[in-house]
Amino acid sequence: MHEQMLYFLQQLLNGLTVGSAYALIAIGYTMVYGIIGMINFAHGEIYMIGAYIALITITGLATLNITFLPVVLVIALVLAMIVSSAFGWSMERVAYRPLRGGNRLNPLISAIGVSYFLKNYVLLAQGSRDIGFPLLIKGSWTFGDPNGFEANFSYMQLTIFIVTIVCMVALTLFISKSRLGRACRAVAQDLKMANLLGIDTHKIIAATFVIGSALAAVAGMLLGMYYGSIDPEFGFIAGLKAFTAAVLGGIGSIPGAMLGGIVLGVAESFTSAYLSTDYKDVVSFLLLILILLFRPSGLLGKPEVEKI
Amino acid sequence: MLEVRDLSMRFGGLLAVDGVSLNLNEREIFSIIGPNGAGKTTVFNCISGFYRPTGGEIQFNGHAIHSMPDYRIARLGMVRTFQHVRLFNRMTPLENLMVAQHHQVNTNLFAGLFKTPSYRHREQEAMDRAVYWLKKVNLLELANREAGNLAYGQQRRLEIARCMVTGPKLLMLDEPAAGLNPRETRDLNELIVSLKEDYNVAVLLIEHDMGLVMGISDRIAVINQGRPLAQGTPDEIRCNPDVIKAYLGEE
Repeated sequence: MHEQMLYFLQQLLNGLTVGSAYALIAIGYTMVYGIIGMINFAHGEIYMIGAYIALITITGLATLNITFLPVVLVIALVLAMIVSSAFGWSMERVAYRPLRGGNRLNPLISAIGVSYFLKNYVLLAQGSRDIGFPLLIKGSWTFGDPNGFEANFSYMQLTIFIVTIVCMVALTLFISKSRLGRACRAVAQDLKMANLLGIDTHKIIAATFVIGSALAAVAGMLLGMYYGSIDPEFGFIAGLKAFTAAVLGGIGSIPGAMLGGIVLGVAESFTSAYLSTDYKDVVSFLLLILILLFRPSGLLGKPEVEKI
Repeated sequence: MLEVRDLSMRFGGLLAVDGVSLNLNEREIFSIIGPNGAGKTTVFNCISGFYRPTGGEIQFNGHAIHSMPDYRIARLGMVRTFQHVRLFNRMTPLENLMVAQHHQVNTNLFAGLFKTPSYRHREQEAMDRAVYWLKKVNLLELANREAGNLAYGQQRRLEIARCMVTGPKLLMLDEPAAGLNPRETRDLNELIVSLKEDYNVAVLLIEHDMGLVMGISDRIAVINQGRPLAQGTPDEIRCNPDVIKAYLGEE
């Protein structure tokens, strides 16, 4: 195959990999926004905690001499999801619920506080240095001329794709078919009315935090392993990017968050490859500004129609 | 079943409702009427827990509800509609009726995940009830459209059906006939009477359509400028000089 073409494909693959992880995080932002109209700035920290829990679990299992790979990965993933969900649930309960019904800015400020709290908590508990994350899924397929450019499709990337797709299909089915998913949609459309029909909306809101946090933990473990190291700042940029992805796709829309994540990941990857790595972040935020200028409701968001 | 005593609601300097008392018996259609801005909807909002009243007491079947969260009031068997249709627009009529029964299909995460037999049974019951009410309000053929795309009259009927699937003891309708044509109003009339006679529901009604109010109400309360003006049967209200004065102005 032509070298240029291979190079292009490689960048596309890399972009899709990171983009899928952005999409998983973006879902958490978009679900919470869709239901209570608040940006949960601490969501990136939940993702970071997910990565740490996965790493701690993997290390712990290794000291116990449990090395059978599928078992290690599944236990790490499940534990990361459970612990992150517990963090997500607690922060809603402690820092956001008591402020509900007041000024819309209050939970936003509270979220920034939670973000600092969690980051420093991990800093104290785990130290500030990078910690290596073992690449447990090794190996790859290579294409192209061994003497020229070779494209690499690693098993790790494949894993990221598969896990992301499974998560998204499961989430879509959950939202459209299940009883709780139905209630989530109803609360997102008209919280007050849902309340008056006897739905305990606090519970539904807590459930969205739990779901968003679990997905962020999945992304944390996958990207931690993909990048090979994590630190307490790990969640900051990823959180910002995922937030951008959510706005890009149309905040409040779950398919929008998925699409926004992928678009952002691919755009970044192509900028790094064809322009310069330095412009990577510039381009993603430029994209955000352009979208906000020309399509404020995002790629898949519905324009707000004020009813009279 | 519903007892409102000396209800008042103050918004800053404005006393929107002042000393309103009423009590509702089982299987009774009770209407609140009054000129625009009289405070009828405010009374409604206080009773249904939408506002927290600044004074007075509200008892519903022996529970003091004036300080209860609104979802708990709803679970006691009191549901309402609004002047403007408030459906879950991006859901189908069927989903609207299913979600209204959310807390009744009482279940835990485990039952939902593994679809235990009792969970399936209760979901099926909820589905049957939804289909029954869709039939009753003539919307079965439209069950899987988007609710926001239904015609106005259909949306109004769906709202009442959504209230009814929750199995209420008290149904509160805020201007249900607003925007309906004469034929639809007649159907609504029949529907409300049937809710009382066939489903043992008490109805608290705010309505401007006097034909509808006088035709179906057992008792009527008149409110003017936030204060109670008169209370009685339709005939008593029709002849009450204070009421005539409030509506038509003084000679």
